[in-house]
Amino acid sequence: MSQQKASEALLSLKHISVEFDGFKAVNDVTTSIAPHEIHFFIGPNGAGKTTLLDVICGKTKPAGGEAYYAGVGNILKLKEFEIVKKGICRKFQVPSTFINLSVYDNMRIAINRDKSVFGSLMMRKRYLDTKKIYEVLHLVGLDKKSKERAKALSHGEKQWLEIAMLLVEEPKLLLLDEPVAGMGQPETEKTARILEEIKDRCSVAVVEHDMNFVKSIADEVTVMHEGAILTEGSAEDVMKNEKVQEVYLGRGEKKHA
Amino acid sequence: MDILTILFNGLSLSSILLLAALGLAITFGLMGIINMAHGEFIMVGAYTTYVVQGILMPALGDGYFFCSILLSFLAAAAFGMLLEVTVIRRLYGRPTDSLLATWGVSLVLQQLARSIFGAPNVNVVAPSFLGGSLTLLGVSMSYKRLFIIGLVLLCLLAVWAFLYHTNFGRKTRACIQNRDMAQCLGIRSKRIDCLTFALGSGLAGIAGCALTLLGSIGPTLGQNYIVDTFMVVVLGGVGKLIGSISGALIIGIASTVFEVGSTASIAKAAVLFLVILFLQKKPQGLFALRSRSLD
Amino acid sequence: MDIKYWLQDKKNLVFLALVAVLLAMPFVLSLFRLTLLGKFICYAIVALGIDLIWGYTGILSLGHGVFFGLGAYAMAMYLKLEACGSALPEFMVTGGLTSLPAFWKPFASFPLAMLAVAGLPLLLALIVGFATFKNRIKGVYFSILSQALAWAFVTIFIGMQAYTGGSNGITGFTTLLGIQLQNPMNLVSFYYFAVAMLVLVYIFCTWLMSRGIGKILIAIRDGENRTYFTGYDSSKYKTFIYCISAVITGVAGAIYVLFAGMISPKELDIAFSVEMVIWVAVGGRGTLIGAVIGALLVNAMKTGISETMPDMWLYFIGMLFVLVVLFMPKGLTGVFVKLYERGKERFPAVRLPFGRRRSASMRGKGAIS
Repeated sequence: MSQQKASEALLSLKHISVEFDGFKAVNDVTTSIAPHEIHFFIGPNGAGKTTLLDVICGKTKPAGGEAYYAGVGNILKLKEFEIVKKGICRKFQVPSTFINLSVYDNMRIAINRDKSVFGSLMMRKRYLDTKKIYEVLHLVGLDKKSKERAKALSHGEKQWLEIAMLLVEEPKLLLLDEPVAGMGQPETEKTARILEEIKDRCSVAVVEHDMNFVKSIADEVTVMHEGAILTEGSAEDVMKNEKVQEVYLGRGEKKHA
Repeated sequence: MDILTILFNGLSLSSILLLAALGLAITFGLMGIINMAHGEFIMVGAYTTYVVQGILMPALGDGYFFCSILLSFLAAAAFGMLLEVTVIRRLYGRPTDSLLATWGVSLVLQQLARSIFGAPNVNVVAPSFLGGSLTLLGVSMSYKRLFIIGLVLLCLLAVWAFLYHTNFGRKTRACIQNRDMAQCLGIRSKRIDCLTFALGSGLAGIAGCALTLLGSIGPTLGQNYIVDTFMVVVLGGVGKLIGSISGALIIGIASTVFEVGSTASIAKAAVLFLVILFLQKKPQGLFALRSRSLD
Repeated sequence: MDIKYWLQDKKNLVFLALVAVLLAMPFVLSLFRLTLLGKFICYAIVALGIDLIWGYTGILSLGHGVFFGLGAYAMAMYLKLEACGSALPEFMVTGGLTSLPAFWKPFASFPLAMLAVAGLPLLLALIVGFATFKNRIKGVYFSILSQALAWAFVTIFIGMQAYTGGSNGITGFTTLLGIQLQNPMNLVSFYYFAVAMLVLVYIFCTWLMSRGIGKILIAIRDGENRTYFTGYDSSKYKTFIYCISAVITGVAGAIYVLFAGMISPKELDIAFSVEMVIWVAVGGRGTLIGAVIGALLVNAMKTGISETMPDMWLYFIGMLFVLVVLFMPKGLTGVFVKLYERGKERFPAVRLPFGRRRSASMRGKGAIS
């Protein structure tokens, strides 16, 4: 990662460390995410990828480190909803939509601009909002199902609904945790297409295991292992890296234990 | 009052609270069930002691009390087991619902006690060997209170040894931590749940037995303790026995200290507000487990 | 709120039918029974407040008796001062006080007392809500804390006998703004006032739930963590609805005093607070009509059973708690909706878009699940 790139980065993480009961889940991680790139975080289980996303979106407070977000500064002190308002949206591994509301209502809640109590007391339908909701729903292929309750959707559809909910918020940075987990090949390809399309609007940070998925759309890949960064670079470079192969083939254990 | 007396009174109150809360530390702290009928299990233990006294005192004299400790435990444990099988088993993972259902059970148990023993309070005659008091460093310590402190220590030791040094305890902790995996390993988790719940309820029974030493008992005996005991567990932090111990010590001693110069009711309310204030700083309680799991 | 949409919801129609029955009651019931029904209507208003926080937002408060009590005590203090005139209330005399305590003085004024009826619950709810929700104290922890709160208040109210009347509470009222409380015609007027308040609160609640905030509260109930990551400060929403609920409960408490003619710490107690929750559970949480019906029904049963077999009441309500939780999680409304849907083959409800000021939660299927 060159110095120049770090300076124009959308988000740069510096020396992030996270501890859980003495166990270091993330250990001194420094990396950055550039505007309009799809940035993958890969690595074996327990490498600290999800925890890193947790730190960025405010769910987990790190033991140390800083996260500079372009135009805002250090975001680690902010609460989750404040971080969302700054344009960083997060999708969780398990689809989490509001199951008792319709797809449309889920989107309405996400698109609502004034998220204060009194704003929502006065919340009404705006023509442009509705248009935008259907536009985004069309993008993820859910426009026909807008009136169904979210709990009636399939697993893949819930994932897309959640992505759609994030998209209508017009984020600058989208954090996705294993968006294709539990999806079949056609669904995975569709998700890849969706991600390619939204790249124009924002940066995307993705945690993923599926290497084919990574190869197909990654701009930048960060490989993590046991809480630390192993290597960074393009998908091809990373795959060629010996250390990465060791880790993925399981020979690296002794070295890093 | 000098400081040592206050300290002893505080310790004594703490021991009572801990004895009442120990069962809850297991059912609520470890199993996550809000058992609002816990206080009524204390009441069951107390009335068991009353009955046992009526039957066995003529034959055994003071020795009846040791029988009644055991029988109080068994009686409350039996009630607990019954409650687990009929109601709580269906409500795992629905904490607020289990709270409401067990509240209903507590009402039924109160009325049951009223129907059987009558509404007025009854008295249990304390064994004569607990009659006097010991004076040490100018502090007069009644044998009854010393006995209760000893009983708490014994119960703590037993629970600790049981959970951490027996096969059954190991299985219990396995079930609590990962039910599915435990079942896959061939642990009969339903049976474990049932017995663990019975153990927690039985401890409430022992608490009830001990409470008969301190005053008369009535159908609403348990109600007086339910708020306190829950506060002890919440303050200490759910999931660790050491948390409940420190929670009981803090609440007990603080109540006694505040009582100096004010009334008992004001002191209790003040302690309560302090606990709420404290939870502002540490919502997870004193000894929180920090982990990756959500919620 | 568009009245056409409001009337399209069958639950609201049921409510209107119920109100019609309530309005006819003064012509049917004896004065004694009417007074009782007046109390029940106050309970129904409380149930609406409970439903807002429990049924819709998923906050189980076991200390709502405190808000009921604060509203009721504010009213009772005013009535007591009016009854006593310039004399000191008798419990103060027995308590050894020689002059009126400072905090009693504002209650001599009717407007100030009415302000306190709503203001005291609001203030307390604001403090409690702020202190708990902001620190993400939720679920059963909140329930336990709210219960402890009720307990602390009861302890204080009983302990400060000279200031609050102790466990006897405040009794011996004669007039309200010069109107005789015991006069039959006046009681009927109070009764109609209570019904009017019930209608008002009900309409307010349906309006609230039809706004965007109604959806967001359900979202908080179903997935609070997700609401943070959608950019909502859910603690503010929870505090807001908790305050609304507290004020509704306080107002109900104040009206209750008119019918009961007294107020004691029993109405603040945990037992009473939990009973409020079971009214809503029996009727059906998450539907406003369910809360109203539940409150009326459970209390009617309470009166019936207590009058014939006083010992059986606790067995009955205890079993009711267990059975409703185990077998009727959606309450009576849930049962009726199920029967209705089974009996009549229905097309899937056409859902109107969110912003049309018309809540999907108000139609047949309801917000509960």
